[in-house]
Amino acid sequence: MSEEIVFDCLHAEIVNYCLNNSKDQNDLGTLEYIGFTTGYRLIERLTRDVGRFKDELETMKFICTDFWTLIYKKQVDNLRTNNYGMYVVQDKAFRFLTRISPGSKQLEQAPKFVAFTCGLVRGALSNLGINSTVTAEVQTIPACRFHIEVNRDGHHILFSPFAKLAQRPLFVRQLRLQRIWICVYTQCRLWTY
Amino acid sequence: MSRQASRLDAKKVNSEFLTLTYGALVTQMLRDFENVDDVNKQLERIGYNMGMRLIEDFLARTSAPRCLEMRETADRIQQAFRIYLNVQPTISNWSAASDEFSLLFDTNPLTEFVELPSDLSNLRYSAILSGCIRGALEMVQLEVQSWFVQDQLKGDNVTELRVKFVRRLEEAIPAGED
Repeated sequence: MSEEIVFDCLHAEIVNYCLNNSKDQNDLGTLEYIGFTTGYRLIERLTRDVGRFKDELETMKFICTDFWTLIYKKQVDNLRTNNYGMYVVQDKAFRFLTRISPGSKQLEQAPKFVAFTCGLVRGALSNLGINSTVTAEVQTIPACRFHIEVNRDGHHILFSPFAKLAQRPLFVRQLRLQRIWICVYTQCRLWTY
Repeated sequence: MSRQASRLDAKKVNSEFLTLTYGALVTQMLRDFENVDDVNKQLERIGYNMGMRLIEDFLARTSAPRCLEMRETADRIQQAFRIYLNVQPTISNWSAASDEFSLLFDTNPLTEFVELPSDLSNLRYSAILSGCIRGALEMVQLEVQSWFVQDQLKGDNVTELRVKFVRRLEEAIPAGED
């Protein structure tokens, strides 16, 4: 509890620093990057004793339950997916927005308070082998919705059940398929006889 | 899932999260500024700003009365470190006039994963701490100076933070108010 306030202050100062220091006041890139490196390193320590995740969804669940609870002190309110690499995480009382009064003027300022988290989630996923793009959407303070879009070229191969097969040279693959086919064939013969 | 959650120690993760975020900020600053002194200055300022806010939380949390002498202030600073960073510095090396003391840290949570490259030997990595003390005390009308004498990152045995009382600030009341 007492350490939360320290982090809240540090977060506010980081936001302040990043925006004052860049030429463009709306440039959230640095802020996102600071989040990215933090997430990348943190997840490595968190998952040290956790078993390997079997697929993308399980990884995503870990991020939205354990990871989120540790950092934002509450579970996400909703996690949805379209099963094609698009995940929507909803938090109805997002930690960095709860101290801001709801209003249209404040709403304009909201992006700077969620950019760090976008980076944090992207960094964590990246270290777990998922290449993604994370964007956030704030409609009313303090609710916030994160869209995680998994980039399906490259890293996802680690999670495919056929990963090993797909990575092998073509002729080995054919051989394997043939063997499977042969097995099926002999089994059929066994059955018929 | 709940089994996994219990294995992760929330308190430890929190402090690691803080450490790593701070580290990311320092590296970003080193990229942004060419001069290490500028980074030190910037970190100190960030600490100052944080201190100004943290003192309010500290006063609300502990409902501490006014300090009458520097020794009491030192105890409060020690207490604040215990509350916010979960470390207990030792207070020592009082000057003869009792206006200057050192805080000795056996461990510094901010530098837990840090190793300074040799070309950054004049970077004061934990400058945020000295800034914090200065900012917090200024809000209770004490002007102090605070600087690092020894730093474990630079090969010393302990991290020593020196705090020196400068003067008591007068209550600045806006004109027309009593």
